[in-house]
Amino acid sequence: MELVLFILFGLLAVAGALNLLFQRHPINSALSLVVVMMSLAVLYWSLGAEFLAAAQVIVYAGAIMVLFIFVVMLLNAGEEEETHGSKIAYIAGIPGAAAIFCLLSFVFLSERSRLGSTGLGGYLSGAVSNIAEISHTLFTTLLLPFEVTSILILIAILGAVVLARKEL
Amino acid sequence: MSTNLLTLLPELILTLTAVLVMLLEPLLAAGASRKPLGWLAILGSVGSGVAALYQLRAVHALGPLTGFYGTIQVDAFSIFFHLLIASIVVTTLLASLDYFPPDQVSHAGEYFALVLFGATGMMFMTSSVELLMVFIGLEISSISTYILAGFRKGRATASESALKYFLLGSFATAFFLYGIALCFGATGSTAIAAIGAGMAVTKTPLFGWLAVGMVLIGLGFKVSAAPFHVWTPDVYQGAPAPVVGLMSTAPKAAAFAVLLRFLFEAAPTDRHHWAPLIAILAVASMTIGNLGALLQSDAKRLLAYSSIAHAGYLLVAFTAPEPLAVSAACFYTAAYAAMNVGAFVVLTQLSGFSERLRTIDDLTGLALRRPGLSAFMAFFLLSLIGIPFTGGFFGKFYVFSAAVRSGYTWLAIVGLANSGLACFYYLRLLTALYARPTADTVGDSPTPRGISVPAGLALIATAAATLLLGILPNRILSLTQRAAPATVAQCPMQR
Repeated sequence: MELVLFILFGLLAVAGALNLLFQRHPINSALSLVVVMMSLAVLYWSLGAEFLAAAQVIVYAGAIMVLFIFVVMLLNAGEEEETHGSKIAYIAGIPGAAAIFCLLSFVFLSERSRLGSTGLGGYLSGAVSNIAEISHTLFTTLLLPFEVTSILILIAILGAVVLARKEL
Repeated sequence: MSTNLLTLLPELILTLTAVLVMLLEPLLAAGASRKPLGWLAILGSVGSGVAALYQLRAVHALGPLTGFYGTIQVDAFSIFFHLLIASIVVTTLLASLDYFPPDQVSHAGEYFALVLFGATGMMFMTSSVELLMVFIGLEISSISTYILAGFRKGRATASESALKYFLLGSFATAFFLYGIALCFGATGSTAIAAIGAGMAVTKTPLFGWLAVGMVLIGLGFKVSAAPFHVWTPDVYQGAPAPVVGLMSTAPKAAAFAVLLRFLFEAAPTDRHHWAPLIAILAVASMTIGNLGALLQSDAKRLLAYSSIAHAGYLLVAFTAPEPLAVSAACFYTAAYAAMNVGAFVVLTQLSGFSERLRTIDDLTGLALRRPGLSAFMAFFLLSLIGIPFTGGFFGKFYVFSAAVRSGYTWLAIVGLANSGLACFYYLRLLTALYARPTADTVGDSPTPRGISVPAGLALIATAAATLLLGILPNRILSLTQRAAPATVAQCPMQR
């Protein structure tokens, strides 16, 4: 089961990354990046890192993507151009996606016994939870890097102010 | 004082001063001079140097100090680099007190804060023995130098400089981070001592070699070793002259310190793998740097190529076994810092914020108008060549003799040949300074500025340091030799 998930979402991530490179419109590229981020989140999850998966969805697929799209929109503030997607995608898009979904669900449901099962997240869940482990590391062995990161953020803010401010 | 606080003392002082400078800056009137903030920053960096000396006393009494769960290790090695960075920062700040004309620049206060924050990052790099902490320090120092490189806002070269440095620098940092990840994959730890223990027994040595290679690429970029040097000339040309003096010495010193710790403590068993790589990097940097410098007409670009070549000379030291390599590399870093910061202080004073004097032609006949500054420049250039009785000579001497003693005689010969090649362009600049100006150059070249008292102080300090390293090298060498065994002795204890 784990292998199947890995292959499915690994392929999806690679396909999304390729699409990101080959799309000519920046918004399309940004949206393929969402596909990459989400597939990576599933991979993290299947590896037992559920905290990382959640952070990936919230931070990367959520916050950072919104920022990307803001910047793209602000930079390309010119005339909006009408895009014509391919005819095949227009006609066969939704039915095709539905068909793939049905096929996958059918395979998963019928071959359930042969695929076995996988626990999504929590390989450490026997004694300590994953999140407890991370926070323990973060506030003991890696306390100093965690605290010093605040200087890093302060410099970034300072730099943004310096470089963006208008001269006298 | 608790040990944890003591291990962070210089960094704490720098950070607090920087925050204070940042908070005081809006209280000054808009067009007023930012000099008081500059003096405050100088006070803070002197304070951090004193704190480092205080640490040295504690280290003498108690042995190497560790703090924060083994993230930070203060030993003679890290204190040497703390002192070096603090003195580079003090000199740079002294030279840039009068650099920003208050009627043109509204962000001089932030300049002082950024220099201090950057120095904090560099100090963290040299004293931490945990690669994640090294990474954060590297990012702090890099991001502040990216911003400082673009400080002459509105000029095309400045924007090019900052943007190029930022994009290529981020790319290199990614390599470094990838190296850390592979280290963790191979050994299960990101602490340098634990990596060293893990590398010897790891079942996936290939990951370990890849990790060392990746870290080498990432840090090779930061010290501008060829073939990762392409950013250097453009960035140095567009950045303000005092910033170039800072960023060609202090972050490089910190990166070399990290490289020394990483290679000799985390990957000592793979020495036969990485030593040839280092030799290749060294030969490429020396040759490309010196050949490139021959073609330059802009003084800052010329010194940029020369700094690539000097990174190559320094890498030669890494081929020697540990105590020899550490002391030779430390000595060279100090000597290079003294003479290079000095040369950029002279350039800062000559051309000022508007950078009117840039090319070698502009500098022709300077000795007639500014005999004092020209004499200082000539001295620093002679030291960069490696003339005896200067720090540059003994730096090269120790580095090459270390290579010879460890069986890399061919590398030392390549280095010596390169030093001969380098004479040509340094002497070209030197003879231009003392040449009689031709009729057309004297007509349109603007008069160079006078020298301010703090900058004079900075010049005298760097010249004295260069001279002392040249005539009394034993004092500093004994300190660097003490630095070396401290790092060795620590290893078995932690394992």
